[in-house]
Amino acid sequence: MQIIKPDVNINFVGRRKIAYGLSLVMILSSIISLVAHGGPKYGIDFSGGAEVLAQLDQPVPIEAIKSALDAIGLEGSSVQAYGEGKGDNYRILVSSKYTDSADLSTRIKESIAANAGAEVIDSSFSFEMVGPQVGRDLREKALMAMFFALLFITVYISGRFELKWLISAVMALALAFAVYALNLLELSIPALMAAALVVTLILFYVLNLKYAMGAIVALVHDVTITVGLFSIFGKEFTLPIIAALLTIIGYSLNDTIIVFDRIRENLRKHHRKPLQTIINKSVNETLNRTILTSMTTLMVVIILFFMGGGIIHDFAFALIVGVLVGTYSSIFVASPILLAWQRRSG
Amino acid sequence: MKTNSWRPIVVIIVLLTAVVYLMPTLQMAINKLQDPTLWPKKKINLGLDLQGGMHLVLEVDTDKAVENTVSRSFEELRSFVRKNNVRLKGLRQTSTTTILITLREDADAAAAKGLIADEYRDYTVEDATSNGDPAIRMVFKPAEIDRVKKLAAEKALMKIRNRVDEYGAREPDIRPQGEKRIVVQLPGVIDAEKARKEIGRTGNLEFKLVDEIGDVREALNGKVPPGSKLYYYRKDDPEMAGRPILLKKETLLTGEYLSEARVNFDPQSGQPEVGIKFNSKGSRIFADVTEKNINKRLAIVLDGEVYSAPTIQSKIVGSGRITGNYTDESAKSLALILREAFPTPVKILYEKTVGPSLGEDSIRKGIVSMLIGGALVVLFMLVYYKGSGVIANVALMVNIVLIAGGLAAFSATLTLPGIAGIILTIGMAVDANVLIFERIKEELRLGKTALAAVDSGYERASLTILDANVTTLIAALVLFQFGSGPVKGFAVTLSLGVLSSLFTALILSRSIFEYFLVKRKVRRVSI
Repeated sequence: MQIIKPDVNINFVGRRKIAYGLSLVMILSSIISLVAHGGPKYGIDFSGGAEVLAQLDQPVPIEAIKSALDAIGLEGSSVQAYGEGKGDNYRILVSSKYTDSADLSTRIKESIAANAGAEVIDSSFSFEMVGPQVGRDLREKALMAMFFALLFITVYISGRFELKWLISAVMALALAFAVYALNLLELSIPALMAAALVVTLILFYVLNLKYAMGAIVALVHDVTITVGLFSIFGKEFTLPIIAALLTIIGYSLNDTIIVFDRIRENLRKHHRKPLQTIINKSVNETLNRTILTSMTTLMVVIILFFMGGGIIHDFAFALIVGVLVGTYSSIFVASPILLAWQRRSG
Repeated sequence: MKTNSWRPIVVIIVLLTAVVYLMPTLQMAINKLQDPTLWPKKKINLGLDLQGGMHLVLEVDTDKAVENTVSRSFEELRSFVRKNNVRLKGLRQTSTTTILITLREDADAAAAKGLIADEYRDYTVEDATSNGDPAIRMVFKPAEIDRVKKLAAEKALMKIRNRVDEYGAREPDIRPQGEKRIVVQLPGVIDAEKARKEIGRTGNLEFKLVDEIGDVREALNGKVPPGSKLYYYRKDDPEMAGRPILLKKETLLTGEYLSEARVNFDPQSGQPEVGIKFNSKGSRIFADVTEKNINKRLAIVLDGEVYSAPTIQSKIVGSGRITGNYTDESAKSLALILREAFPTPVKILYEKTVGPSLGEDSIRKGIVSMLIGGALVVLFMLVYYKGSGVIANVALMVNIVLIAGGLAAFSATLTLPGIAGIILTIGMAVDANVLIFERIKEELRLGKTALAAVDSGYERASLTILDANVTTLIAALVLFQFGSGPVKGFAVTLSLGVLSSLFTALILSRSIFEYFLVKRKVRRVSI
């Protein structure tokens, strides 16, 4: 059985302008949404605050819970129905202003019992409170994780694909130093990340690391669009979402590397042919595998999305988006960048 | 093609090891045991998000400990200079760590300095001037600051350990994090409210005079008299619960001078009460305070809540009684708190409490998703690759056994994102096999024999598979390094997943192919 015929030859590279347009639209909408919403919407692990997941012994109107919260001075808390149950599950978000109170969860429980007319079921009660300090620490850690993952991966790609271990190691050091220097300027962390990224791309350009350039551009493309979709759907950024983003980075690279590997192999075999033909041939030859793997991975994450329960819902959503975008980018973004590079330098 | 006889042997050893490590966990799950009795007694731990429990990150206010230490020296200094007849104009604490002693012009500055430097070795004593008068400045030494901070953090850790032990939590995990944080993990079913109270209660005991002149009602409207502060009675006081009271800001005595606290019963009424004793320094101060304030009320304030405010009947030397409407229980708990009174406040920075049935629900949904997702993938591989699909599916099953075995071997903690990681691995694990199979198909199309096609398919795909998986492994390892709690769990399962899928694809499935093509002389590959 075969999804794609063995001799298929779709001219992907020839249609790269369309892909560029599509990518540009997606990235721009992501950025516009992020700007319009004033940055990503952080979950309590990053912004501080408290989250309550409560099952009540009977459904009550959301307004009743809100007024129960107002009664103990927790104004501006948000309440939403949650999960697939009978509508007796609620998620309450309390602003970080109130996290100083040590018995917050008890007060919330008591006030719901007293003012909303329903008892909280203890065994399925979950409470998470993040003080502002911890939120800041976690935010920094998460960004550091993203940064180091990207750094190590680029070193690996440059080393493996262009046998430039030394150059890539030097580059990693330069980058780490640049980030350290920028850190002294006390820039905000997103600005720091953006600056590090620009420095990275300049370094790739100067050092002529084209495979790493292609891979990183594809990664940034995938992560930006996933983050953008989160912003468009009003979903929150939490620690597990960062884990999902890193997984997407790993997954998208996996795809990209497999195509790159084939390009390298075909370059050796048919070094007379123009690069465009070779890239096209490589993408087509690996197309079957790309689609198959994406399909099996998509199958499980879609199941996870629908059946994994509310807590894991957004995590699965990020993975679905990531797998789709990652597959697209390894075909339409990473490889054409190699070509664009070749044209410029040759 | 030469057969590599080492491959099947490695496969069998690895698989057996995984099964051996998995047995104790299975025994535990089936017999509903708390701990496995089977060798090697390693098990997969469930994260708090799966079995329910409480996770706290506390911060010890070590700055406050330094402040307290200096304030105490300041108080002592007063009687020290008086005793030694130092002629002084004034005594001031200029910052949290410096004290300024202004001398009279006719005082012997050098002698006073020597005397103080000799008594207060924790301070740097230097000459200074204050508005033209000779003065002595005492600065708490930086090394001492560090020592006090470290000691305060250690003490707090020890006391929290004691409290949690007393509270009787199962398998509590309490460890310091950084310089002044403490992480407390209490798995299983717990009374979160009680645990939080026991742990978070700082036991900061203070004795303050009641402001008898100020008007409480006006204070409630925001007009608090200077030098006073509004306090409230503890909420579980049967009579005064939550009532406001005006107290003088100045703390006359802290719990640190306390040497004993125990439950006594009033001989007349039989009411429980708490008897307290001070150490020698404390009882001196207490005698002094009570002597000066006879017929005034002295409030006992614990963590900012007023416990009682008895009237001072007479000068009290050495010991006192805290009476009030206590039950046996509440008197006992007050005595316990007083005994362990920390001078250093502890603040909850992070708290997560998960109800046990929420965790059960997560596990059930996770397993259902895993089964359905796995079944879909297995079916897909069968339809698409037929005979070879069976091999890929065997590899997939082995994969899951290996991940579980690995989790048990490292006594890793399985979290909800960890389960998601396993499910994701199921989807991605077939990738390596897909790569190999597609390569084999290509080689077959070139007209190679089954054996040659399989052989070169593996040769060519191996490097690609390694490359592709190393990057995922990098991402997972970085996550492990920077992640906390649930995210770490995800990183662990993802890493194990990558490693085991490399193993099953490159070694296991290859030896199965070889068995059929070489030993059984099968001439065609069903792919």
